[in-house]
Amino acid sequence: MSKAVSALNGQSHTGFATVTEAGLKGMVTLRADLDSKALAKGLKALGLKVPAQRAIVTEGARSVAWMSPDELLVLCGYEEAAQVTADLEQALAKEHALVTNVSDARAMFTVSGAKGDEVLMKLCPIDFETLEAGEMRRSRAAQVAAAVWRSGPEELSVICFRSVAGYMMGLLEVSSRKGGEIY
Amino acid sequence: MSQRLKTGGRLIDRSKELTFTFNHSRYKGYEGDTLASALLGAGKSLLGRSFKYHRARGLVASGVEEPNVLLNLGKGDRLEPDQRATTTELFNGAVASSQNHWPTLAFDVGAINDYAYRMLPAGFYYKTFMVSTWAWHKLFEPIVRQAAGLGAAPTKADADRYEQAYAYCDVLVAGGGVAGLMAALKAAAEGKRVLVAEQTAHWGGRAPVDGGEIDGMDPEAWVKKTLEALGKMDNVRLMTRTMVAGLHDHGYAILYERVADHTPGDGRPRHRLWRVRAGLTKVASGAIERPLAFAGNDVPGVMLASAVRDYIVNWAVSPGKEIVVVTNNDDAYRTALCALDAGQKVVAVIDAREMANGPLVQAVKERGVKVLEGHAISKVRGKSGVVAVEICRQNGTGSVEDVLGCDCVAMSGGWSPVVHLYSHSGGKVMWDEAGAMFRPDPARPPVGDKGQPIAEVVGSANGALTLTALCAEAGIAGGAEEEHPITPVWIMPAKAGNDLKFKSFLDFQNDVKVSDVQLAAREGYASVEHTKRYTTLGMATDQGKLSNINGLAVLSDALGQAIPQTGTTTFRPPYTPISFGAVTGEARGEIFQPLRKTPMHGWHEAHGVHWEPVGLWRRPYTYPRAGEGHRDSVNREIVNTRTNVGLLDASTLGKIVVKGPDAGKFLDMMYTNMMSTLPVGKCRYGLMCSDNGFLIDDGVVVRLAEDTWLCHTTSGGADHIHGHMEDWLQCEWWDWKVYTANLTEQYAQIAVVGPKARKLLEKLGGMDVSKEALPFMTFKEGELGGFPVRIYRISFSGELSYEIAVPANMGLALWEKLNEAGAEFSAMPYGTEALHVMRAEKGFIMIGDETDGTVIPQDLNLGWAISKKKEDFLGKRAQLRTHMADPDRWRLVGLETLDGTVLPDGVYAVDQGVNENNQRNVQGRVTSTYYSPMLKKGIAMGLVKHGPERMGEVLDFPADNGVVLQARIVDPVFYDKAGEKADV
Repeated sequence: MSKAVSALNGQSHTGFATVTEAGLKGMVTLRADLDSKALAKGLKALGLKVPAQRAIVTEGARSVAWMSPDELLVLCGYEEAAQVTADLEQALAKEHALVTNVSDARAMFTVSGAKGDEVLMKLCPIDFETLEAGEMRRSRAAQVAAAVWRSGPEELSVICFRSVAGYMMGLLEVSSRKGGEIY
Repeated sequence: MSQRLKTGGRLIDRSKELTFTFNHSRYKGYEGDTLASALLGAGKSLLGRSFKYHRARGLVASGVEEPNVLLNLGKGDRLEPDQRATTTELFNGAVASSQNHWPTLAFDVGAINDYAYRMLPAGFYYKTFMVSTWAWHKLFEPIVRQAAGLGAAPTKADADRYEQAYAYCDVLVAGGGVAGLMAALKAAAEGKRVLVAEQTAHWGGRAPVDGGEIDGMDPEAWVKKTLEALGKMDNVRLMTRTMVAGLHDHGYAILYERVADHTPGDGRPRHRLWRVRAGLTKVASGAIERPLAFAGNDVPGVMLASAVRDYIVNWAVSPGKEIVVVTNNDDAYRTALCALDAGQKVVAVIDAREMANGPLVQAVKERGVKVLEGHAISKVRGKSGVVAVEICRQNGTGSVEDVLGCDCVAMSGGWSPVVHLYSHSGGKVMWDEAGAMFRPDPARPPVGDKGQPIAEVVGSANGALTLTALCAEAGIAGGAEEEHPITPVWIMPAKAGNDLKFKSFLDFQNDVKVSDVQLAAREGYASVEHTKRYTTLGMATDQGKLSNINGLAVLSDALGQAIPQTGTTTFRPPYTPISFGAVTGEARGEIFQPLRKTPMHGWHEAHGVHWEPVGLWRRPYTYPRAGEGHRDSVNREIVNTRTNVGLLDASTLGKIVVKGPDAGKFLDMMYTNMMSTLPVGKCRYGLMCSDNGFLIDDGVVVRLAEDTWLCHTTSGGADHIHGHMEDWLQCEWWDWKVYTANLTEQYAQIAVVGPKARKLLEKLGGMDVSKEALPFMTFKEGELGGFPVRIYRISFSGELSYEIAVPANMGLALWEKLNEAGAEFSAMPYGTEALHVMRAEKGFIMIGDETDGTVIPQDLNLGWAISKKKEDFLGKRAQLRTHMADPDRWRLVGLETLDGTVLPDGVYAVDQGVNENNQRNVQGRVTSTYYSPMLKKGIAMGLVKHGPERMGEVLDFPADNGVVLQARIVDPVFYDKAGEKADV
């Protein structure tokens, strides 16, 4: 599937922090009863477990995030997303559930550097001082929806819709420009 | 005359000299100066002209309350008018000029004499309305327009960047004076997350100037020590140059940080607007000194007493060599002492109180200064600067007893706590008789969701006007000299006649005088809010910081009622003006608003597209080639699509997947027609109505599996239709087992349209796309030319058409491949205008053209798509209402002009007679109108009364310039009436 190109093809800018479009990423939306045993089993097969409210659980290259009381988002490799979708669909075949591949509907960004929080502080109504690793916030960045979490040491990840990837990069670039450090 | 003193100046660094220009002349100042202190230090005291009467004006204050000296600052792309000189930090190379005068500041032809300005009384603006329409248009409006506004608007785009930021804290301290620092220290010690915002560049507020002792130290030393302590605490953030502009519901505060005003062009954002969620806001915003209302209190050189000592102590600038202090309280005596310490002459202290003998008064008397008790200033002599003051008794009419030569008058009418933030979100104030001030009523604070106070006021903002009171309130040892009580003085002298009152200014910026407020009262204005609008008292950019209390005291007096009965006007955010740049933040230029892009957006751009905005998307309207007009290129795209093959980027179409055991039942409710009976693998066109029966969206629904449907919506409708579905599922049918997901952006969608479409897909290969394998209104999944696709045989053009959905990340690759492979079939991309014309040629309706929120499917002859079998669907009952079932409703027809021209969009068909407003009756309107390059004539659709029953009738459509176009009612399907071309 070499024809697949992410929205901004890995564009990156460095100011007082580095902002990068993270390229192709597998994402699977899962709507189901989050207490279901079949769901737990399906996720376990992927090495994951059902996240608590507002949590994101990461195991190796895969994560699963709590999106709402009946929705999860599985993050995985782009190439394996179709298989992950099929496997979860299989696991939930006997339940009322919706599993769908949304890898192409989204764009993902990373904001890295010691002052990375200060980039997103300008865009998202999120209390970064209390944002713990392992928590995902469904919020907004300026005028568009965004999900934000700490994806590594001195690294935040942001997911938005694919169509507004250019807008998101514009926001991140201007907000990370040198001289714009807050503290 | 004002001048720089040889020594002193706690805020300036004499080793760092700065140069700046004012009205094209060069001056020098020091680092730490404000523009105001530097100008005053350079001997400039006439600095502006007043708004209404163009009277000479100088500095009155030293901080945010300054009403007079608003300057044009900067030039070109950094020009900004109305900048307050007192809050503008001086920087090297600053360029400033005065406003509101012509031709020069010193000689202003707009300045009007004493007699003329009696012609501009309170409510002048409103009174002009009463004369006549002619007078307003020809006489008053030009005058008012000429007079309106202060500074010059910039003509160039702003060179700077701005941003916003979010912050959260337990305690927000608004104000970095000693009261604020004490509050911060206390909260920080309790482990709270504390944010302290100080609007100036310096901590400590007035205390270092006014003196006293805190915790055994002088205030300056205490401030330094406290800042060091706070600076070491991880739970405290200290922000200077940051004003708390507003306090809103739920503890939401707006802070305005002037990051780089004093270092323009250094690459930092100029301003930052903070949006802070604070558990509790400690309002430590201080107090503002009140002027006294005597004749000529606006002459340059008359200043607030506190401002005079600020200039002396902070910037080593003496506003005058011979100073007269006029007061009704002890605090102003500090100015006399301060001036004496700085080696200036204090001519006299004029005290309106019958007796003054507090320790501060004694100290002044001991230094040999004449103190005139029970006295007042009758009038200030001088036009562009103070020359002398005429002295009279306070309780008299102003008979002059003496004339004192001086060049500066330091006035003090007492202090008003800054209750703005406390009041913004509903805190109430009460009148403190002893202090002659409004202060926060602790029993009625602004409250949060649980009824808890969201703001507490400390220090002088809370009425603790002395350091002694303030320290006592905070439980810290300290204080200053004892002060004896104030005696309120609202008019000076108390029985001043009209001559004096005409020149006793309350609102300096808007030129509102004691006489204006009294006139308003005589004319029946009893409410303070009405009087404010009528006289414009407090309506200028300083929002009445100096004038508010004096004005309402004068009004109360005129109305013969107590001050609390009159009450205050409303305090509204922002506390002082904030820049539009900060409000805008990052939202300018490319990121003014989100621009949604399909995966093929860049390709379109590279191929000369002309865009059409559709919601936040840009869709190709047409792809004009060199030398082609848009009309030509649209026609070319249509003819090519109908004869060869066209390619359309249809990615923006909404795609919502609906799954679950109850999904069929749910879709039967959402759509007017039956979706539960749609066989797997098939497509069906559907209509969606609101619960009021009006058509809101349409599109093709496909059944992907036994329990799964995919609903296509209009491009603009994707998000709100998804929301509409979730609304019904979550709020009404919460027990139905249905899940939805908006997959609009998961797929790029490409329409391959035209007689040669099949050949093109066959060339790509991999899937059987024959009529037999993939009949009209079905779909198939597979691999086309190596791409994983789902192909729908649906048509919005009446041609053989395939809509191909492909994962968005491969959209561009497939689009390029189709264009490349299509070359031999003359494939061309086409845009939305060609799409619109082709659908109109086929008589297909368009949501937003044929519908406008008042149209029901029956109006569009879409009764066939409304199920008769279903018990219910959204809109069903509404469509049974008499008005909806009325046979007189306008219904869809085709329209063909008799001469083949194109009808203008939206024109009405007239009927006989006129309505009650004497307008022609109408019987229909055009909803879509185009030139059809296939039929080589204008075609249109419209809604016409009894339309379908009137085929062949000719209607009149009056257009612009008296032209009446005639069009015949015809069938709306203009092209391929039998529908043979699509199903091949």
